[in-house]
Formats: sequence, structure tokens, C-alpha cells
Amino acid sequence: MIQSPVGGFGRLVLDAAEETGRFAFLVRSTFGWMASGKIEWRQTLIQMARVGVDSLPVTAMTAFFTGMVIALQTGASSKHFFNEPLFVGTVVAFSLVMELAPVMTAIVVAGRAGAAIAAELGTMKVTEQLDALYTLGTDPIRYLVIPRFIAFMLVLPLLTVASDFTGIFGGYLVAHAKYQIPATVYWHDIVNNMEIRHFVHGFLKTFVFAAVVSLVSCFKGVTTQGGAEGVGKSTTSAVVISMVLVLVLDYFATAVLNAFGIT
Amino acid sequence: MIDAEGVVKRFGPRTILRGIDLRVETGETLVIIGGSGCGKSTFLKCVIGLHHPEDGKIIVDGIEVAKLKTEAEIADYRRRFGYLFQEGALFDSLTVWENVTFGLRYLTDIPPFRYRKIASDCLALVGLKDIEDFKPAELSGGMKKRVALARAIAAQPSYILYDEPTTGLDPIMSDVISDLILDLQKQLKVTAIVVTHDMKSAYKVASRIAMFHEGKVLEVAQPDSIKVSVHPCVRQFVDGKSEGPIKMKLKEFEAEPAANGLKNVW
Repeated sequence: MIQSPVGGFGRLVLDAAEETGRFAFLVRSTFGWMASGKIEWRQTLIQMARVGVDSLPVTAMTAFFTGMVIALQTGASSKHFFNEPLFVGTVVAFSLVMELAPVMTAIVVAGRAGAAIAAELGTMKVTEQLDALYTLGTDPIRYLVIPRFIAFMLVLPLLTVASDFTGIFGGYLVAHAKYQIPATVYWHDIVNNMEIRHFVHGFLKTFVFAAVVSLVSCFKGVTTQGGAEGVGKSTTSAVVISMVLVLVLDYFATAVLNAFGIT
Repeated sequence: MIDAEGVVKRFGPRTILRGIDLRVETGETLVIIGGSGCGKSTFLKCVIGLHHPEDGKIIVDGIEVAKLKTEAEIADYRRRFGYLFQEGALFDSLTVWENVTFGLRYLTDIPPFRYRKIASDCLALVGLKDIEDFKPAELSGGMKKRVALARAIAAQPSYILYDEPTTGLDPIMSDVISDLILDLQKQLKVTAIVVTHDMKSAYKVASRIAMFHEGKVLEVAQPDSIKVSVHPCVRQFVDGKSEGPIKMKLKEFEAEPAANGLKNVW
């Protein structure tokens, strides 16, 4: 059937509204079940290992090279303007701790663990395993979504802190090897200019990212329709939506934190 | 006893069930037959509460499914049922014994140290042994069905709902599963609803057979009566003929006959 452009746009708006409503329902159910205190701790630990331990090498390597490239760029720019590499440690640490480590860690984890969650839950949906959970007396929100949500909320901040340190260390290696900046100068640049609130700024944002990536991935998984193609679509959209939302919400979270003076 | 009155179920613009009236007496095995998409599995899912009918009601042991509110009420209701899914729906990440005893944690007060023994006992009831630590991926289709059946009976339900238990199995394994259904019926004294296309299995396990067509019940009768039914739709279905009142088209569209067969296409 051929649809008019207005009709097509209307369909799009209706679909988006329906999807948002269903997502809100999932969020409400998730918090409702959590409030009841019935949490599957064994499943949560398994998910923490999958999200955290398994993601650590990738997030650490990403942060390590990000720190290295910031040091390289900062050193080159300040050398160009001031004839010597200045504040390399400060720039590396500020960039990583406040912005790059939280955002890049969230994006890498969305691509790795978020995709895995959407694919796993999507496959469970199309093979009636979610229905089986109902018939066996539990609920997919309780058994599958909440453990993944809690695991993300606990692990993503820790992964981000690990990224902070590995990134700063990566920056130090370049600062030392390329620009001969002594360790004491590099670290003093960081310690003298950074305060705990800068760290808190980046750290708090990770909770927003953790909630978004885990809930979007779970939502896309449990609402999968169709067979293998449906699972593929869910996985792709889970990753794309998570990544875009991380970047969009980063701006708003930063604005809110700045308004509260955590900057 | 399961009593369905005027059950209507829609998915968007499509009406799947158009007023189902059906009673399943305690202790009997009611087999539901009918073409693909006629609402057999949907009805089964309405009975257990996976789908909620738009109209009509389903009453089980005096409890109306739609009126279940609290978590305890829902758990108490689900405890009455074992459900065998079409493809088994075993949890890939769990071992066989963990699959079999999965529901015990949520549906019963049985202490976890007894789970392993219960799993072995249930597996023995469906003719399996020494596979407790296997993962579902390591099992054949027939074994998966049996494990799923063991899971369905683990919490000692009063009702077992079978969704196409013999689909995808070879004829011998289909007959074995039918025997298992009969055997469980005798041993556990459960009430069962079996949804199937497999007429051989239907005749073997049924106390009564209900024929669904386009979301309605066409006929409910004992297997012997169904075999000699004069209803044209039932006749066509049990005889497995493409010609008759039930239109299952060879093609989903009306095509112009090609003058020179496939030559013109190529």
C-alpha cells in the first residue's frame, strides 16, 4: 500500500510514541521490581563479570591510546605556540577524567556488552524462553533486566575509573618518551590543577550512561520480533541508540552538573 | 476444570480468537486441532495468562485469570500449570538439571538441596538418564522435548499444556512423545490440553478433540466421533486434503498462467 508523506510521518510519530511508552513501562517495572527487594544476586554477579571483567581489556586499551594521543597533540600544539610542551598532564587528565573516559568507556561497553545483551535477550524472546520464564513463576524483568541494570550501574563507574588511570598513564608514557617531561612535572601538572570535584563530575555521569545503555539494550532485546533478522535489527538499534543517547545525555548531564557547581 | 467463555483475542487489527467457548473437565486430555494460525497456541497462552483476552473469561478451578492481581495470586495460579513449548524453550545458559528445576525456586518451597534429585526423578519419568549436566545445545530434538516435558512436570502441576509436542520430530519419536503424554497422564493424574496438527498423536492421547477454525470452535467430540465427523471442515482437516471449505491457497496471489510455462520467466 502506498502511503502519503503526511501519513508516513504520522505513522513514524505514532510508532515512536508507542516505543517510548513501552520503554517507560519497562523502566517503571524495573524500578518496581527493585523496590520489592527481590534481586537475583547470582545473576547480577555473572553479569558483572561479563560486563566488567570481560570489557576491561578493551576499555583500558581504548583509554590508554586516547591518553597517548591527547599527550601527543597537546605537546605538539604547546610546542608550536610556546616552544615547549606545557601542561601536558593537566590537559590529558582534565580531558579524560571529565569527558573522554566516561563517554568512551560507555560507548565501548555499549558496543560490546550492550550488543551482547540485546542479542541474548532477543534470541530468548524469539525462542519463547521469555514466555517460559513467566510460566515458571518469574518475570523477565526480574530475572534478566534487573541483574543487567545493577551490573552496569556498579561496573561502568569502576571501568571508567580504570580508564582514567590507564589513559593518564598512557599520556605520561608519550610525555616522557616524546617530550622528555619528567614524571614529577607530569604528575604535579595533574595534582596541582585538578580537584576532587572534577573527578566527581565525570564519575557521576557514568551512572547516567550505565542506566541508559543497560535499559536500552534490555528493552531492544525483550521487544525483539521475528527470527534471526529481528535479533540482528534489535542488536544494531540497541548499540546505535545507546551510543547516540550517551553523547546527547553527556551534554545535558554536563549542563546539570555545571548548574550545581560540580565542574 | 478449565472453563473458557466467549474468549476474544486481538493482536492489533487481527482478531485471532473470535469467541471461544470450551470446557476441559478435570482429568481429561483435550486435544485442540486446526490449521496454522487458527488460534490454538494463542488460546493456550490465554489459559496460562501469557496473553490477556480482550473479551470473555477463562476460569480455572473457580479462579478467573483476568482478575489475578497480587504476585502471590499469580504465582499460585501458575503453580497449577506445566507448559511444554513448541521448541522446548530450554534456557541455553543452564544445564539440563538447572532447566528442569528452574521453576521450583519460584513456584514451590522445596529446599534447593533436593533439586538435583528431583531433576533426576523427573528425567527418569520422561525416559532420560545421566544427562543432568549437559547443556541444551548438546541434546537432540527429541531429548530437548523430553527435558522440556520434565521441566513442565517438575513442580507437580495439576494441568499440563502441550504446545505442538510432536512438531519437528520424526514419526517414531512423535509416537514416543505421545506415549509419554499418555504415561504421564496415568502416573500424575493431570488434566491436559494438547495443541497439535498431528492427527495420529491426537487420536492416541485425546479424551476429546476440539477443532478450531478461524478463531472459533467448530466441533468438540470424542476421537472416534471426530474420525467419522460429517462437518466438512473437520472432514477436510482430519483427511488432510487441500480441496475443501478450508482455503489454504497454493499461492497467496492470483497469477496469470504463463503461456509457455517457465520458459517465459527464464
